[in-house]
Amino acid sequence: MFPYFLKRILNLIPVFLGITIISFAIIHLAPGKPSYLQGMDPRISAEAREQLVKLYNLDKPICVQYLNWLKRLVKLDFGNSFTDGRRVSTRIKERLPITLLINILAMGVIIAFALPIGIISALKPGGLFDKWTTFFVFIGFSLPGFWLALLLMLFLGIKLNWLPISGIRSFNYAQLSFWGRGLDLAKHLILPISVAAFGGLAGFSRYVRGNMVNVLAQDYIRAAYAQGISKKTIICKYAFKNALLPLITILGLSIPGLIGGSVIFESIFAIPGMGRLFYNSTMARDYPVIMGILVIGAALTLLGNLLADLCYAWADPRIRYN
Amino acid sequence: MSIFSPPKSLFRGIFLILIFIFIFTFPFPSTSTFTFLYAQQNQKDEIACYGDTIVAGSIGEPITLVPILAADSASQNIVGLIFNGLVKYDKDINLIGDLAERWKISDDGLEITFYLRKGVKWQDGASFTARDVLFTYEKLIDPQTKTPYSGDFKKVKDFKLIDDYTIKITYEEPFAPALVSWGMLIMPAHLLKNEEDFRKFSRRPVGTGPYKFVQWETGGRVVLEANPEYWEGRPYIDRYISSVIPDQSTLFLELRNRSLDYIGLTPLQYQRQTETKFFKQNFRKYKYPSFGYTYIGWNLRNPRFKTKEIREAINYAIDKEEIIKGVLLGLGKLCTGPFVPNSWAYNSDVEAVSYNPQKARELLAEVGWEKKNKQGFLVKNGKQFEFTLLTNQGNEQRRKCAEIIQQRLKQVGIKVNIKILEWGCFLDIIDKRQFEAVLLGWGLSRDPDCYDIFHSSKTGPKEFNFVSYKNEQVDELLEKGRKIFPVEKRKAIYQKIHRLIHNDQPYTFLYVPDALPIIDVRFQGIEPSINGISHNFIKWWVAEERQRYK
Repeated sequence: MFPYFLKRILNLIPVFLGITIISFAIIHLAPGKPSYLQGMDPRISAEAREQLVKLYNLDKPICVQYLNWLKRLVKLDFGNSFTDGRRVSTRIKERLPITLLINILAMGVIIAFALPIGIISALKPGGLFDKWTTFFVFIGFSLPGFWLALLLMLFLGIKLNWLPISGIRSFNYAQLSFWGRGLDLAKHLILPISVAAFGGLAGFSRYVRGNMVNVLAQDYIRAAYAQGISKKTIICKYAFKNALLPLITILGLSIPGLIGGSVIFESIFAIPGMGRLFYNSTMARDYPVIMGILVIGAALTLLGNLLADLCYAWADPRIRYN
Repeated sequence: MSIFSPPKSLFRGIFLILIFIFIFTFPFPSTSTFTFLYAQQNQKDEIACYGDTIVAGSIGEPITLVPILAADSASQNIVGLIFNGLVKYDKDINLIGDLAERWKISDDGLEITFYLRKGVKWQDGASFTARDVLFTYEKLIDPQTKTPYSGDFKKVKDFKLIDDYTIKITYEEPFAPALVSWGMLIMPAHLLKNEEDFRKFSRRPVGTGPYKFVQWETGGRVVLEANPEYWEGRPYIDRYISSVIPDQSTLFLELRNRSLDYIGLTPLQYQRQTETKFFKQNFRKYKYPSFGYTYIGWNLRNPRFKTKEIREAINYAIDKEEIIKGVLLGLGKLCTGPFVPNSWAYNSDVEAVSYNPQKARELLAEVGWEKKNKQGFLVKNGKQFEFTLLTNQGNEQRRKCAEIIQQRLKQVGIKVNIKILEWGCFLDIIDKRQFEAVLLGWGLSRDPDCYDIFHSSKTGPKEFNFVSYKNEQVDELLEKGRKIFPVEKRKAIYQKIHRLIHNDQPYTFLYVPDALPIIDVRFQGIEPSINGISHNFIKWWVAEERQRYK
């Protein structure tokens, strides 16, 4: 198996390079210029513009710009942001923890709810529980998140005054004790995580349900029943495990999603996350930051795929790579 | 988009900024039309108290706190509280000394001598001297500095330190906006001498201003505290917090929750959502014409729009009152030319063209657009009268405005196609002059010099007279206007320009939107003026028993 994975890893290098070339080309081909050159601000003279173009090396041919970028990347240097001159890595690091925290928690909540919902509904497809949960998760799926968020803010934040409306910390955060801080953060996160999880529940729970229904129809389950094994054991031990296998792929694919945030969400809840960073950088044509985030996303996608394959091999004895 | 804007920060460069902010709230000034509603301000002979915090909501995130690099309004609002320039505008939009006590302009207008205030301290205790001004100037013109504001300062021929508190600046030719350009916020030489790229300073600025920097949570909030040693006197409000909330609805909910004290409202929020008892008890609303206007710019290189009759006809065919009613819910004024009612350059004799579709049809017929096709659109030589009105994405008001225009022009037989583009792409098209008409807005500074926008020498690629307007008389007046200093003389010139541009109609001027700030009722001492409400921010205060934050 080891040579197989070595080959896979080596294969990733050209794929990764290809991704960077395509991304670099696309973002430079898009019309528009970096924000300093973008403003229709007569205070900014034509000379000042020229000077900025030179300082950012934007006057060089695009392939030279790419090679320069690549040279820096080898040293794990993403360069400096065009917007504020700070290191791209610093800007990403500032935003990453909160994005990861929210996404991982939301993922956790989704799994915690979707697994039981999916499994129980699969036991009696078309039954009352199945119908109601289907109804419920599809409501979550189809409601626009921003609308639901605003309603909840209005209700829980203003009418009942239980939860803070936006942001991730209170003004007095610095003065709070350790536990106080934890509580403050938790209160701020309840709304965004619930709204995100509610929207994501449908996909995952339907997946679990589908897999489970498939597995329960298999011959070996029937055989197990015939042997007189208890229903509980069959479901928990034989069916459940097998139903989980395809989910590995989904989880693997969602790894890059963990660092990405949603602009709409982050804007509504005023969370300084990756989604807003990426969106603002794109609008400002802040090439180094855009490339930085794309590269990390690409690396994680490739890594996620690889991990999913690894996990498959580990979880499913039928799969062997040679 | 800025909610809060101390006047100092407004005139760092000069001129006009194209508004690419999406939902506008103009923080600025006012006029006699100033109205304020809700709780009447209690301004008996109470004694102002120190203390409390003001939390201002901002849609945009600040980018850098280095004054010479800060180009966005969120950053400018904050640096305006931390730093001072040499000059600033007072509540009547007169230029007064800030860090400069006074100045002298030589008779030929070539030399400006600034006499600096003595005894001003940087927030770290060092003394402010002329060397700091020199340092800021050198940084501005240094080709290695990524500043967009070098233009005005490159016109300086000679910069001379006479002593620690006197500076003599010589120009190649007289340049009236030069004086305002020294409203550029001054940076401390002693702290930045060894910091080439300002990287640390941009996150930990030290200035001479009324507020000291405390903390900046990126994308979240910026916290400032009162500078007790401030040379104009310690500000009454102890802390200033700018809270970034990128969504207009959330911003409003936070205000409703009273966790924000100060935001700019949208017309809808102003008219429909803040008329409740709760808001009337807890907040005070203000309304005054902003320093900005929305217009349609015609590409005058296009043979069709080069014809003045056509531009006039379109002007008659658009009902501007209707646009103000529909788009701004009545919260705006008719725009008649390149200057706004609050500016001294505004010519009040110029009257807006009133809606008259019949007149529009006649004018169109005069230049041969008479026959209509089956769809009801005008045709000439087999061609339908059709054009694309371009505007930028993300600005709801402009989109609505474009739709109303489309409807009105259809009635006189002109087909309008609306195209909405992302800002970056939009600018690309303007740069390449590949447009027929654009719906845009200018945000104006207090100085009326609009040389870059209407002078015929500024029609080159990437320059700002993108409609390619040419009028020799206007050219001459624009040149003259920036060469003389006394406001009275300039006034006559700019009012003439207002009239001429109104007559030529390179733009169809639409409206001047109102600024609509709302402030928690506990703040006292707010003095509405033609320069808005933030000019005396350091004098705002909260009575002790009403203070909310300790």
